[in-house]
Amino acid sequence: MTSAAEGPDRGREGPDRRREGPDRGREGPDRGAEGRDRPGDGPDRRAEGRDRVGDGPDRPGRREGGPPGPGTAGDLVAVMTGFARTLRAAGVPADHERTQGLLRALSHLDAAEPRDVYWAGRFTLCASADDLPRYDRVFHAYFGGLRAGRARPAAITVTRHTATMSGAPGGDDGPAPVASASAAEVLRNRDVAKMTGAELAEVRRLLAVFRAEREQRRSRRLRPSQRGRLDSRATIRETLRRGGEAARLRYRAHRTRPRRVVLLVDVSGSMTPYADTLLRLAHALVRCEPRATEVFSAGTRLTRLTAELRHRDPATAMDAVSRAIPDWSGGTRLGEELKRFLSLNDARGAVVVIASDGWERGDVSLLGAEMARLSRMAYRVIWVNPHKGQRGYQPLTAGMRAALPHIDDFVAGHSLAAFEELARLLGGAHA
Amino acid sequence: MGSPGELAELLDREAYLAGEGLATAAFLALRMGRPLLLEGEAGVGKTELARTLATVLGAPLIRLQCYEGLDGPQVLYDWDFARQLLHLKAAEAGGVTDAARLEGEVYDRRFLIARPLLKAVETQPSVLLIDEIDRADVEFEAILLEVLSDFAISIPELGTIRAERPPVVVLTSNRTREVHDALKRRCLYHWLEHPSFDREVAILLRRLPACSATLAEQVARAAGRLREAGLVKPPGVAETIDWTEALLTLGARELDPDLAAATLGALLKHREDHETVLGNGILGDLRG
Repeated sequence: MTSAAEGPDRGREGPDRRREGPDRGREGPDRGAEGRDRPGDGPDRRAEGRDRVGDGPDRPGRREGGPPGPGTAGDLVAVMTGFARTLRAAGVPADHERTQGLLRALSHLDAAEPRDVYWAGRFTLCASADDLPRYDRVFHAYFGGLRAGRARPAAITVTRHTATMSGAPGGDDGPAPVASASAAEVLRNRDVAKMTGAELAEVRRLLAVFRAEREQRRSRRLRPSQRGRLDSRATIRETLRRGGEAARLRYRAHRTRPRRVVLLVDVSGSMTPYADTLLRLAHALVRCEPRATEVFSAGTRLTRLTAELRHRDPATAMDAVSRAIPDWSGGTRLGEELKRFLSLNDARGAVVVIASDGWERGDVSLLGAEMARLSRMAYRVIWVNPHKGQRGYQPLTAGMRAALPHIDDFVAGHSLAAFEELARLLGGAHA
Repeated sequence: MGSPGELAELLDREAYLAGEGLATAAFLALRMGRPLLLEGEAGVGKTELARTLATVLGAPLIRLQCYEGLDGPQVLYDWDFARQLLHLKAAEAGGVTDAARLEGEVYDRRFLIARPLLKAVETQPSVLLIDEIDRADVEFEAILLEVLSDFAISIPELGTIRAERPPVVVLTSNRTREVHDALKRRCLYHWLEHPSFDREVAILLRRLPACSATLAEQVARAAGRLREAGLVKPPGVAETIDWTEALLTLGARELDPDLAAATLGALLKHREDHETVLGNGILGDLRG
C-alpha cells in the first residue's frame, strides 16, 4: 500500500533532484542514514557553514513559513509531504502540523542540502528516540535515490510490521452465549487457555468494560480545605473583603491522585495462550486511568505499548499493539528486560505488575538481582502467573524462584476471577 | 550568526563542542523561536548546552529545575503575602479605609514575586532552561504548554504580561517517562548520544588544558568500554570530565589500574557498578 501511494510522488520529484547536482546528493544520505554526531563531521560542516553565510541575504524570496526559491516551492512541499506520509506509514508520528514545522525549519536552512533536510526532519517529525531508527530507514529509502543522482521511480519498500496475533486463538466474534448466572460463574473461573472461541469472545467483551479502581497517593498539589497549609491568597482576598481585618484564615491541603501502575506483559512463546487476554486487561487498565498507567511488553525486547493502548476501541488498540511488539512468541530474557525497564526509572513509586510464567531463558541470578532493585524502587511489586491458577501449582521454574523473595503479591492470571482479584489489589486491598 | 556552523564555532569558543546535529538544532531553535527539547542519557551535555548558549548570547540563564509536585505559584508568579499585609496595616494606620483603592494598591507589580517562567518572559534576552521535565507531573506540562505557546502569562489581578521577543528555551529530559505529545509538538526534538571516542578526547582536552593527550585517550577508551559493559548507570561526558579532573588532581599523567580504582567514585555512582568493573577487570588493560 505504501509503495503504491509513494510511486507518483517519486516520479515527480525525479527531474528536480537531478538538477540539484549529484555531488551534494552523494554525501547526503550517507550522513543522514547514520545520523549520529560523528567527530569528523564537525570541521567539515563548519567550513561549509561559513560558505553559506553569504547565501542568506542573497535570497530575497525567503520568508518564514515559505520554502526557499521560487519555482521549487510547490515541489518542496510535495516532496516533504510525501516524505512525511512515508514516515507515517512506518509508524513515525509525522502529521500535518509536524510537516509544517519541517517546512518552516527548512526555510532557515538549505532545503537543497540533504544533511539539512535530514536534521530538520529529525527535529520536527520525530517525537521520541524510538522513532529515530525508523526515521533513518525511511530517510534512506525515500531520498536514497540521491546517492546515484538519478530518479528512481521504482517502488520503495517500507517495512511494515505485520505480526499476526499469535496470542489469539482464532476467536471470531460470534453471538454471545446466553449465559445464566451459573454459566457466568463457570466462565469467570475458567482458564482462558482452555476456552472455546465463543467463550473467549465473551471474555473479551467483559474485558472491554472491565473496571479497576486505583489506590490513591497523596499529591503535591493543594486544594481548598478545612485544614492544612495557610492559603495566603485566599486569606488576603478575604481580608480585603473585610476592609483589612484579618478575620478568617483559609487553608489548603494536599489532594490525592491515583497511584501509577506499570504493567509488564511477557509475550514470549510460553505465554502465548495468555498474552492476548493479558494485553486486553492492560487495555482496560489504561482506559480506567490513562494518566496513571504504563504498559510494556517483555520478551526479548522491552517495548512501551501505552500509546497503542490509548485507542478507545479494543480492536484498534490490539491491532496497534500487535504491530508494535517486535518479539511475539520469542524467548524470555526477563532479567535483561527488567534491567532496561529499571533504567527508564518508570518504576519509582509505582505499583509494578509483572505478568509472566517466570520461564527465564537468560541469567537467573541477573533476574534475582534486578527484582531486588525493583522491589527497592517500586511501591509494590505484584507478579501475575497464569499457571498459579492450576491445581497443585508449585513455583518451580528457576526464574520464578529467583523472583519470589522480592514480590509483594503473587497472584494467578488465568481467568476473569483472577483479574478481578488483581483489580482488588490495585485498588489498595493488600493481601 | 547565519548558519549552524557559525553557532558551533561560537559554542566551541566557550569550550562546548557541539556535533552537527546539536548545532543545527540549536541554530533552528534560535532562528525559529521554538523551544528545543533535548533527550538523552544523563551526563551527555544537555544542561551544559543551555548554559553555554546563555554565555554565547550574553543573556542571563534562568533555570527551572523540575520535580514532582511543581505547580503554578512555584514556576509562574506568587504574591508577596507578607508585604501585602504590611501595606494594608500601614494604610490602616494612615486612616485609609477605601477598600477598592486598597485592593488596587495591594495587587501592584511590586508585590509580585516573579518565578522562573515569568522572569523569562520579562527578561530580554534570556535563556530559559527547564531541566529534567520528565520529573515534573503531567499537570505541570499543561502550564508549560500554555506559556511556551505564546510566551504570555496572564495574571487575573494585573493583566497579561507578554514577551516581545520569546526567550530561548531549552528543555531537557532523561526520559524517565514520556513527555506529553502536545508539548513535544511545540518543540524541536533532538536525541543526544554519548560522544564518539574522538569527540570525547577533544572535549576532555578542551575542558581540561592540563590533561595530556595520552591520558585523554585512555580515559575516553575506558569510558567507551564502560558504556558497553551493561552498567546500571553508564558514565556520561560529565562524569568522564570529573574523573579526569580527579586523576589530574592526583598528578596522573597516564591511567594505571590502581589509580583508576582509587578514583572510580568520580565516574561510577553505583555500588553494583564498582563491583562489576573491579570484578571483571575492564580497567585492567587501558593502554591498548
